[in-house]
Amino acid sequence: MAQSKDLYDAILNGDAKKAHIATEAALAAGTDPMDLIQESMVPAMDEVGRLFECEEYFVPELLLAGRAMKGAMQLLKPLLSAAGQKMAVRVIIGTVKGDLHDIGKNIVASMLEGSGFEVIDLGADVSPASFVAAIEERKPHIVCMSALLTVTMPAMRQTIDAIKAAGLRTQVKILIGGAPVTMQYAKDIGADGYSENASAAVGLVKSLLASAA
Amino acid sequence: MTIVAATQKFTTLAIPNQDELLYGVCPHPLSCGLGITIGAGTVFPEVNFTLPPISISESTWSEVKAHYEEMAAQILRRAVALAVPGIVLEFELLPAMTERPEWGAEITSILKRHLVACHEKHGLPCALRVTPTDIRDQLKPPMLRTGEPWQRLFESLELCAQAGADILSIESVGGKEVHDPALMYGDFPGMVFALGVLAPRDTAWLWNKIVSICKANPGVVPGADSACGFANTAMQLAHQKMLPEVLAAVVRAMSAVRSLVAFEQGALGPSKDCAYEGPVIKAITGMPISMEGKSASCAHFSPLGNIAAAMCDLWSNESVQNVRLLSGNAPEVFTELLAYDCRLMNAAASRDGALDMRDWMTASDEWLSPQAAVLSPAATMRIAGAIVAEDTPYRQTIAAGRAAYDLLNEGVVAEKLHLSRKEQQWFGRIEAAFDELPPDEATLLDSMEEQYGGLYDKPSYGL
Repeated sequence: MAQSKDLYDAILNGDAKKAHIATEAALAAGTDPMDLIQESMVPAMDEVGRLFECEEYFVPELLLAGRAMKGAMQLLKPLLSAAGQKMAVRVIIGTVKGDLHDIGKNIVASMLEGSGFEVIDLGADVSPASFVAAIEERKPHIVCMSALLTVTMPAMRQTIDAIKAAGLRTQVKILIGGAPVTMQYAKDIGADGYSENASAAVGLVKSLLASAA
Repeated sequence: MTIVAATQKFTTLAIPNQDELLYGVCPHPLSCGLGITIGAGTVFPEVNFTLPPISISESTWSEVKAHYEEMAAQILRRAVALAVPGIVLEFELLPAMTERPEWGAEITSILKRHLVACHEKHGLPCALRVTPTDIRDQLKPPMLRTGEPWQRLFESLELCAQAGADILSIESVGGKEVHDPALMYGDFPGMVFALGVLAPRDTAWLWNKIVSICKANPGVVPGADSACGFANTAMQLAHQKMLPEVLAAVVRAMSAVRSLVAFEQGALGPSKDCAYEGPVIKAITGMPISMEGKSASCAHFSPLGNIAAAMCDLWSNESVQNVRLLSGNAPEVFTELLAYDCRLMNAAASRDGALDMRDWMTASDEWLSPQAAVLSPAATMRIAGAIVAEDTPYRQTIAAGRAAYDLLNEGVVAEKLHLSRKEQQWFGRIEAAFDELPPDEATLLDSMEEQYGGLYDKPSYGL
């Protein structure tokens, strides 16, 4: 159990090296990988999220914790797969066509990863066709789109229309965000949700998944 | 390693006396466009505007042009009604307008036509600043010196110069591919590497090209660059409580060095409105600057609303969409706001009150935010002095950051600046990070290779 506490502390402090060592030690001691996730990693990330929400942590602390957790998870993944455990919820994220701004999208992606989601980042300037192709290939549960420019907001609608035309709309929940985007715009274009900021985006993903379950 | 050599190095301050670092005046005023001289005693509005939500495509192009026709006409109508002494319009191209260089040139031509007509009819001194989008970061890693995006950007700069731009500017992105992740992960050496090693190399190369374009198009002034993608990103993340304000403030100071490089290559100003590093540039080069603050709240938050105006030569609204408000469309409404801001500053100056006005604007913001504190005239002098005392962009970047850190620390000790507990923790981390930075650029380069080597294209930086 000492290793579990070490792993918890390492993630909380964003120390990837210590998280790796603690995970290896725990596995060597015979700890079940799922126990490590449930008893160390998830509680640590919950605490990181709480500290961020109450403005005790900034994004760097949050992302470093996520990176530490991700590193530890890399050690567990093969064991989980071998044991037939189900992998995390998958999210596809990208900045829409014509828009090169990606730092907000990157923060959302990192925070989702830190919260245990499997995130596939398509990058910036992503065409509707690329979103569709990624959905067909990667079978995500969630699609997140970002835009910073007023003139690229219409690309969000075009992407949703393309997803509908490909017959994929019912397979994914679609979230949008970015400085000029509003809840009303999300409703107008047929998105499932809108988030004003990165931390709210994580909560929104969780609530959408919960309501879909 | 190949570095584009500077055509001039600034080793002393053009404005060595803090009391001479005032709004509206600078040692090297800039005459450009249609009879306007910037930095010769009068602050002018610089109005920036953009489209409402609309796709930019062949099918909507006539509608896009109509928006710009409308915005220019309405802005100038309001400017004339308010008897502004002069005005600068800034056209920031949207990415699609840089990717299709002829589109950006067409809008440039439209705006210039309005300015010429207004100048001829009303005698309004005016100029058009044109800022193509730096689209070179489309590829990962960005190819800054070769490839389609660079070719289109170059063509956009050329065509806009030919189409009527009076001032060419840019918000260049070299080094941002490293700065973004470094910022997000709070990796201070990574930020210094991006700002002090990579960005200056790209800025030097890019501005060498921009200055050449301006030389080939007489009357077109090489304006300036902006660290918007670096320091304003930090500012916005700090505003959202995602990053410490003290970090954003230090990044702001450090970012001045990469923007100064444009002037070393021949930029003449005015610096870009979103370049809050402008006062440092003005103190070093003596060239005019544009700033934005309280009247740019249409575009973004800032904790610098008044202090940003303290040393400006142009006063800008940053960007506003062409949407309808009660008194007119937003661009003309913000023209009015800027006009009154400028009137007050100019009236104070005409009564020998510029120094008092500057200091009131400074005092109203200075210690309420670390980011405001590093923008005061006193801070500007210290940061600018630290920069010119060093001889390489890397050392200058560290010196600028340290000067900002020291200034903030003094504010904390004097109990003028109040930091939250977690801001204080970061303050300590930044100090320690400065102490651990290697003295030379080559050592830092080596140490960054493992973490960031895959994010940037070495030939793009002459490496």
